[in-house]
Amino acid sequence: MDLAFLIVIAFGLAPLAAWLGGRSSALVALVPLALALCFLAIVPPVASGAAVSTAYSWIPSLGVAAAFRADGLSLLFALLITGIGTAVFLYASLYLKKYPRLPRFYAVLTLFMAAMLGAVLADDLLLLVVFWELTSLTSFLLIGFSPEQAMSRRAAQQGLLVTVGGGLAMLAGVILLGQITGSYSLSGLIARKDEVAAHALAPTIICLLAAGAFAKSAQSPLHPWLANAMVAPTPVSAFLHSATMVKLGVYLLARLSPVFEGHATWVLLLTGFGGLTMLVGAVLALRESDLKRVLAYSTIISLGTLVLMIGIPGELSAMAIVTFLVVHALYKACLFLVAGIIDQQTGTRDSSALGGLRQAMPLTALAALAGSLSMAGLPPFIGFAAKELVYETGLAASASGLVVGIALLANIAMVVVACILSLRCFAGPRVETPKTPHDPGLAMLAGPLVLAALGLVFGLAPWLVSDALILPAAAAIAGRPIDYTLSLWHGFTPMLLLSVVTLALGIAVFRNGTGIRLRLAMVEAIPRWGPDRAYDRLIQGLQQLAAWQTRMIQSGSLRTYTGYTVAVAALAGLSALISQGGMAWPDFAASRQPELVIAALLAASTFAVLRARNFVAGIAAAGLVGFAVALLFLFQGAPDLAFTQFSVEALSIVILLAIIGRLPFRDSDYRRRGERLRDGAIALAAGIMATLVMLSVLAQPFDARISDFFRAESLPQAHGRNLVNVIIVDFRALDTLGEITVLGLAAIAAAAVIAGLRRATAGDAR
Amino acid sequence: MNSLILLTSSRIVLPVAMLFSVYVLLRGHNEPGGGFVGGLIAAAGIAVHSLPRGRSALLRLLKVSPKTLIGAGLALALLSGLPGLLLAEPYLKHQWAFPGGLPLSTTLIFDIGVYLSVVGAVLTFLAYYLEE
Repeated sequence: MDLAFLIVIAFGLAPLAAWLGGRSSALVALVPLALALCFLAIVPPVASGAAVSTAYSWIPSLGVAAAFRADGLSLLFALLITGIGTAVFLYASLYLKKYPRLPRFYAVLTLFMAAMLGAVLADDLLLLVVFWELTSLTSFLLIGFSPEQAMSRRAAQQGLLVTVGGGLAMLAGVILLGQITGSYSLSGLIARKDEVAAHALAPTIICLLAAGAFAKSAQSPLHPWLANAMVAPTPVSAFLHSATMVKLGVYLLARLSPVFEGHATWVLLLTGFGGLTMLVGAVLALRESDLKRVLAYSTIISLGTLVLMIGIPGELSAMAIVTFLVVHALYKACLFLVAGIIDQQTGTRDSSALGGLRQAMPLTALAALAGSLSMAGLPPFIGFAAKELVYETGLAASASGLVVGIALLANIAMVVVACILSLRCFAGPRVETPKTPHDPGLAMLAGPLVLAALGLVFGLAPWLVSDALILPAAAAIAGRPIDYTLSLWHGFTPMLLLSVVTLALGIAVFRNGTGIRLRLAMVEAIPRWGPDRAYDRLIQGLQQLAAWQTRMIQSGSLRTYTGYTVAVAALAGLSALISQGGMAWPDFAASRQPELVIAALLAASTFAVLRARNFVAGIAAAGLVGFAVALLFLFQGAPDLAFTQFSVEALSIVILLAIIGRLPFRDSDYRRRGERLRDGAIALAAGIMATLVMLSVLAQPFDARISDFFRAESLPQAHGRNLVNVIIVDFRALDTLGEITVLGLAAIAAAAVIAGLRRATAGDAR
Repeated sequence: MNSLILLTSSRIVLPVAMLFSVYVLLRGHNEPGGGFVGGLIAAAGIAVHSLPRGRSALLRLLKVSPKTLIGAGLALALLSGLPGLLLAEPYLKHQWAFPGGLPLSTTLIFDIGVYLSVVGAVLTFLAYYLEE
């Protein structure tokens, strides 16, 4: 199957999704489902070790190709994206029924999905960057789904700035990688991993790439954008901000893991920030009561866990990463969708105001319970296997005490979050809610139920996913084939003991949850000194800086601007003159009499400009200067230039007269003596500088190669004898196209400014 | 600008300037001239005609908004590069044909595009300074 074609199709499905989704038809789920089936079809060949790939030439001069490749890891991500996409599309068709702007929503959601697929299937690093940024852009549009709300706008902007800022760092890292290997091919890079990892630039590259991945995967201290992104509609949170997009950073790190595995910088960065993120996420999750934000912080814990695991070298960690990834995607999407149902049915998503919903909505309770059990890591759910693997990897790691300690704390927080989502909301006595809840329609229930059921089925029968999906993906992360049998029961091991401890402590914390939450919520240092506040200050500082420099440069006076421009040009000329070896004098012997006459005319008309007592006389005199220059061109054998100069002069006089004729002048518009002297000095400096530079240029020997080429090729190639015109319309036509575009845009922009001024002053006049 | 002299003389200036501008445009490939100069001459002629008559007279004369001229010019210049592309040559590689000795080319289409954009740009700007 041609992967490039599949991705083009995915983008092309956006209008269809917009049409179906705009009518809130459940059929919209067929869009991701069809793609999911296509990817399922290539599971058998990929599982047998043969990656599917396609490559088209894109920018061969830069070594950039439109290359796509599906190995175990890419295919696993593609299946998660399209599979969870199916659940989310179906869910949203009911959940967002009464929302405005639905066609746009579905179009952007489909574009996001296509961009995600492109990112995980790209076999070219620059192509990956392009799709990566596309997911950031679509995420921006989806977080800002309700642009009327200030919170929504801020969250969208924050998400965009953080992820795109990281993306820029990543682009720099990718370009450095390309410089080392000479191409941007991902599979080529992995083939030359030893050479890359040993390169002197490797630590820099690792830092840059990790910055991009950390921003995207909400690693602390860049995590606040993810929690704030919860203002988006729940399907978006479930799809982008838990199951897929935020995993893209993890994907990049996992993809590059074979290259940098064991590199000191790599291990330090990933385990350090991964561990920090787990702890920060755990604390923040415990102090939160809003269901969606609780889930967001538990997502941050999970992302931290994944990054930490990638930092630990070895095959065991690769298994742990992939299993945890699959498990997390399944239960987290399920629980988000459940949170959305609770929110819509009860009218609140504050967990402290919820309880005893099991009778009112039994099916939702079932999905929530199954998802929570997998999240808490209880057998026979596959979450249990994932947690055991994480502990096993931690125990085998070099700083095992620290890693296991952090993992234990993080997993306790996970158990608490699982309890909040199931026990707090559904068990216990019924708490009155703003609305009377019921189970929603099948479209909303199908997704969470199926996802929760998969967690159970995969736990009971791990071989269903193990050989086909998990092992090939883990092999891609480890960079070598892996022999491992995924199973629930490992016997009585230290990991089992840790699991029991986790569960016991988790339940204990949950039982005292309210007290802990309130005490943590009282800690004022988090909102005051946390990174979210730092972001606000940064943006504020940026705006102040912009305002300051605008005040410095933009005085609003055209005369000042002209003064600056001319003065800078004079200085630039001077520096060029000095750096190029000082002044040189041409040979004046070839000067002819007519030219001397014209020079005298020029001087005389310049004097007339200076002596002019009113504007009309000044403009006429300035026009005379221009005509004298045109005459000079004519005598120097440049009739085209002279012609153009004449036309421009004539037109300038007409336009200036038309404008000046309409300007009302006041006394304050006339310069005082000091200003006249200053402007005169600037003009004189610029004039002298231009003269000196021109004289020096003329003193250089003339290089005739270019003019000889045009003279020889103009007629045979372009059928024209007027070199100037042939250059403009043929040899350098692309430049001309650019110039007339600028000309047109400048005129339209000037017209818009003038029209705006008119409207403002017309208001004053009345 | 209410001047009887300008009002009368511009009646002659306009057609002469327009004719001359087209002449300059067409001869440009072999003799001094071309779309840019031609456009400037046409714009000057139209400007002289419109100065004493005002903005509405300009719009009546052009039949379309001057901004449309910019768009049309840019579109022509952009399109003139496509035949080259379709014939598997670089974009803006101009194509020539000589039916009965008459030189026809995409170069001319490009130059007409330049001409129109120049006229449009100047008049777009000027239109705001003309009296109502």
